[in-house]
Amino acid sequence: MSVPAQIRTETSARNIQLHPLSRRIMHWVNAAAIIVMIGSGWRIYDYYPALPVHFGFPPKWTLGGDFTITEAISNDDGLVNALLWHFAAMWVLVLNFLAYVIVGFVSGHFRRDFLPISPGAFLHDFFAALRGRLGHQLGEYNAVQKVFYWGVLAAILVTILSGLSIWKPVQLQWLTALFGGYEFARVVHFFGMAAIVGFLVVHLTLTALVPKTLVAMVFGRVSDTPHPGNGE
Amino acid sequence: MSRLVLERKPEVTTIERRLFLRQTLSLGALTLLTGCDISDHSSVQTVLKAMSRWNDRAQAFLFSDKRLAPTYAESDVVHDFRYNAFFPVSDVPRLAAANYRLELSGLIGDKRPWTVEQIYALPQQSQITRHVCIEGWSMIGKWSGPRLGDFLQRVGADLSAKYVGFECADGYTGSIDMPTAVHPQTIMALKFADEIIPAKYGYPFKVRIPTKLGFKNPKWVTTIYVTNRYPGGFWEDRGYNWFSGS
Repeated sequence: MSVPAQIRTETSARNIQLHPLSRRIMHWVNAAAIIVMIGSGWRIYDYYPALPVHFGFPPKWTLGGDFTITEAISNDDGLVNALLWHFAAMWVLVLNFLAYVIVGFVSGHFRRDFLPISPGAFLHDFFAALRGRLGHQLGEYNAVQKVFYWGVLAAILVTILSGLSIWKPVQLQWLTALFGGYEFARVVHFFGMAAIVGFLVVHLTLTALVPKTLVAMVFGRVSDTPHPGNGE
Repeated sequence: MSRLVLERKPEVTTIERRLFLRQTLSLGALTLLTGCDISDHSSVQTVLKAMSRWNDRAQAFLFSDKRLAPTYAESDVVHDFRYNAFFPVSDVPRLAAANYRLELSGLIGDKRPWTVEQIYALPQQSQITRHVCIEGWSMIGKWSGPRLGDFLQRVGADLSAKYVGFECADGYTGSIDMPTAVHPQTIMALKFADEIIPAKYGYPFKVRIPTKLGFKNPKWVTTIYVTNRYPGGFWEDRGYNWFSGS
């Protein structure tokens, strides 16, 4: 790769606005809401698992307070707090998600940053990533990242909708029917959560590998030297 | 059993699960001591309770007196329905029709108590609906009995009042909003699966409300009252969402 010297200097001293304030706020509000929803959801799951397997989330990973304290205060052993958290944070999650999607479409953020994606580019970048040969440049998403962002947006949407359908199987019965009835909607809700958690694992791992992305999501801008993948 | 559990606890499986939870908990007790879970702080509790009241309003807004709960086929009915209360099935109230009286109080015109025979004389209807528990389990059952709305009208209840409250023979209490009380599917279920409702399911009747979660369906009801003052209830006083519609 031969790059003219003056351009190289320019790119190596790049200090660009990556994330406007509105996006950073929505990202962190979403992060907090998702953590509360997952933590409280795991506690709720443990009281009557949706899956027919002997599996529960360790209570220390769940949100809903100390069992002994809750029992002393309200004579309940921990489900009540998890439910209160879940049905409080859902408003934050849904409103923030709607705002993010609307702003994403209207501002051109989705079109500019998450598109285009071609199957060829995805496969190329996917295998390059597996070989550890995928370059990363702040502010530009490769095809794998684009697919991941669309994927997690879809997972959040499905989890919200299936959640609404098990929250209101009478008032929103058309939605419950869409998810295959009350019992199946619970399973969909679980796997929607699992997909989000799967995304989070990859998302946090990559953030740890490229910490500047975290700086960018906190402060909005960061000076970046593009670091190409090995050999590219 | 000191833990109070009603309408949302599978008897035996819950106890096993609790043991499992507690054992895991004691393993993680040391890490818990750092106290990263803020649920029990009073300021957090204040916010959560405020959000719960907001959710009461949101659910009342979503509720429609014309929208019926989905109904199912006879073949979907579960006959071995789960017994659910905060005491073992051997301790359920066994009310005798001869001594039983349904007391009425509050904003009700004719407060004369009702006998079981009088309740049975009212026109009845059946429904096959899904009972959804706040814990997440659900079961389809068949219940029959007079509409609570018809009953309230007959005794001259103030239908413009806000709340209908229940007191039960086991010490349980509950309350619902008036629109739900007069919903066409809210019934005083005298029968379960075409048989006289057995003691373990609430004899002489259970208030069956398919538009609400299971714990809002009181059994062994001995008093019905109408009021404008928020009555709360057994689980509601412990922090569970009051409206708890489905």
